[in-house]
Amino acid sequence: MSERKVRILVAKPGLDGHDRGAKVVARALRDAGMEVIYTGLRQTPEQIVRAAIQEDVQFIGLSCLSGAHNHLFPKVTSLLEESGADDIIVFGGGVIPSDDIPFLKEKGIKEIFGPGTGTDKIINFINSLCDE
Amino acid sequence: MSYEDMKKQLQDEMKKWKEGPLAKTLARAPERREEFTTSSEYVVNPVYTPLDIDEEKYMEELGLPGQYPYTRGVYPTMYRGRFWTMRQYAGMADAAESNKRYRYLLDQGQTGLSVAFDLPTQIGYDSDHSLSNGEVGKVGVAIDTLADMELLFDSIPLDKVSTSMTINAPAAVLLAMYIAVAEKQGVGVDKISGTIQNDVLKEYIARGTYIYPPEQSMRLITDIFEYCSQNIPKWNTISISGYHIREAGSTAAQEVAFTLADAIAYVEAAIESGLEIDQFASRLSFFFNSHLNFIEEVAKFRAARRLWAKIVKERFHAKKENSMRLRFHTQTGGSTLTAQQPDNNIVRVTMQALAAVLGGTQSLHTNSKDEALALPTEESVRIALRTQQIIAHESGVADTADPLAGSYYVEALTDQIEAEAMEYIEKIDELGGAVKAIELGYIQQEIADSAYKYQMGVESGENIVVGVNKFQVEEESPRNLLRIDDIVETRQVERLNKVKENRDNEAVKKALDNLRSAAEGTENLMPFILEAVKAYATLGEISDVMRDVFGEYKPAEIL
Repeated sequence: MSERKVRILVAKPGLDGHDRGAKVVARALRDAGMEVIYTGLRQTPEQIVRAAIQEDVQFIGLSCLSGAHNHLFPKVTSLLEESGADDIIVFGGGVIPSDDIPFLKEKGIKEIFGPGTGTDKIINFINSLCDE
Repeated sequence: MSYEDMKKQLQDEMKKWKEGPLAKTLARAPERREEFTTSSEYVVNPVYTPLDIDEEKYMEELGLPGQYPYTRGVYPTMYRGRFWTMRQYAGMADAAESNKRYRYLLDQGQTGLSVAFDLPTQIGYDSDHSLSNGEVGKVGVAIDTLADMELLFDSIPLDKVSTSMTINAPAAVLLAMYIAVAEKQGVGVDKISGTIQNDVLKEYIARGTYIYPPEQSMRLITDIFEYCSQNIPKWNTISISGYHIREAGSTAAQEVAFTLADAIAYVEAAIESGLEIDQFASRLSFFFNSHLNFIEEVAKFRAARRLWAKIVKERFHAKKENSMRLRFHTQTGGSTLTAQQPDNNIVRVTMQALAAVLGGTQSLHTNSKDEALALPTEESVRIALRTQQIIAHESGVADTADPLAGSYYVEALTDQIEAEAMEYIEKIDELGGAVKAIELGYIQQEIADSAYKYQMGVESGENIVVGVNKFQVEEESPRNLLRIDDIVETRQVERLNKVKENRDNEAVKKALDNLRSAAEGTENLMPFILEAVKAYATLGEISDVMRDVFGEYKPAEIL
């Protein structure tokens, strides 16, 4: 994997309009040398999965601050599975109570980054998975 | 000694002080930082003196409370007459649940209502729309039809409370529902008071709940201005918002600049549609954020007030004093709340609320300590409201107008923010105005750059966030967070279906057809929307008619 630049889709599922976090993360990943595609607001899980496959990404970063994460995040992982693209690693962030994290991980979300997470932590997470 | 002599003497003293005591101290013990800056990246001097301000311009730039340019406040008595309105933004789940929260808040001494709608409502989708799935009742209350609105204000007399509604793209529809509820309560529409946010430009910039393209949005907004000026004289027709611009990461000066640039665009659109400035300007209201750099925030509110007064008078040639008064609501900065050690947020909110009061706000929402994690519980909302009550009744800061005026630092920052905001406005004028600057992505880019810079500062440790990148502790994950059950969505959809079964569908169709032809023409849309709402047409149905005619906004993505 080290030959090729890491490709990541940063996506805003659902109707939430808070995109400060998603944009900052996208830019930090780009500054760390990764290729980042940002979807913009109001994406359905279907649109996100389609874009991820089209763009041939290895990671999808989902951001949701509206409380709809338990509904939207697992939809993305299950659609990936249906499309035979479940090698794409999904992680997420936003206003997500820690009680919800075990459920999301069970649904195939690899990691959840809560409020106050540094972008370095996300970069390390991605790099460590690329090294595997 | 004359003022000039004093200044000269001070200049000499200052030079001596810098070369003597200050230099000596610095040689022995350097300062904590090489450079101190505010959020707007102004370099902060070691001390401020009369040399930093121009006191000869006192009457021009400061004046007295209630007098142009209103730097010292928009009313002569300010909080000596009455306190700011304590208005907690609230709404969740369905209308019945939110109605309970409002009545609780009113019982606790809150003096105005502020309605939070869920995202489907804010984007003009009914609760049964596929995109509403998972979002119903989450960030606010779900409203599909007039029936929900009747329940939302059940037993709340609309002639006694003022209501602020955070609704933008579908503002006309929710306002129409509010009018219809008032009529059903037997309250004359001239007696109702409140605010709709109705500020779509900042939705394109920072908040994201847009529906229609700018031109059609501006038409709806000016239709509301006109309708209200004739029918609901006490209604604030727009709340031009810097709050979300700041939350998206702008600096204090950018918050003022972009908010006032949007305001200029609304005024120009209204004038173009044939309204006179003095006919609507007094019903424009504003909404700002209160962030953490205490003195800079106080200065920001004062600078915004002064700059707007000058713009309305000099650029738009208003004659009425009321047109020049910038009245504003404040909310403490949501993005400054931390999920870590959430009790610390009570302290942050206290300082931000104090800055808003010292800045002369007309109404205030204080955030609750648990909002970095979820919607607030009743207990944490009570603490937030008590914070305002303590400032009002115990701190003494409300006993005189603009108590920090004359502080050399406050006045210097006020001047600086005003000057930078004016520079931005000139730049935006050059680009062709706020709408054009948004379409070009200029404003979004400026904000994104500031947000990124701030985050990098946090990560390098240059910006300290207590409990996040310093003074951390191991802590258990918080319990007792408010949770919106999925059953809310199911019930809301059932309710919607029931309304659709029981209404006169012929009347709905006729009202929607009438709305469509009006939208295709140039008539004021408010009466048509009101007719549709009264026939129990849904928010989604009404919005879809306009989507068909107006099209939908497609944003340019700016990183």
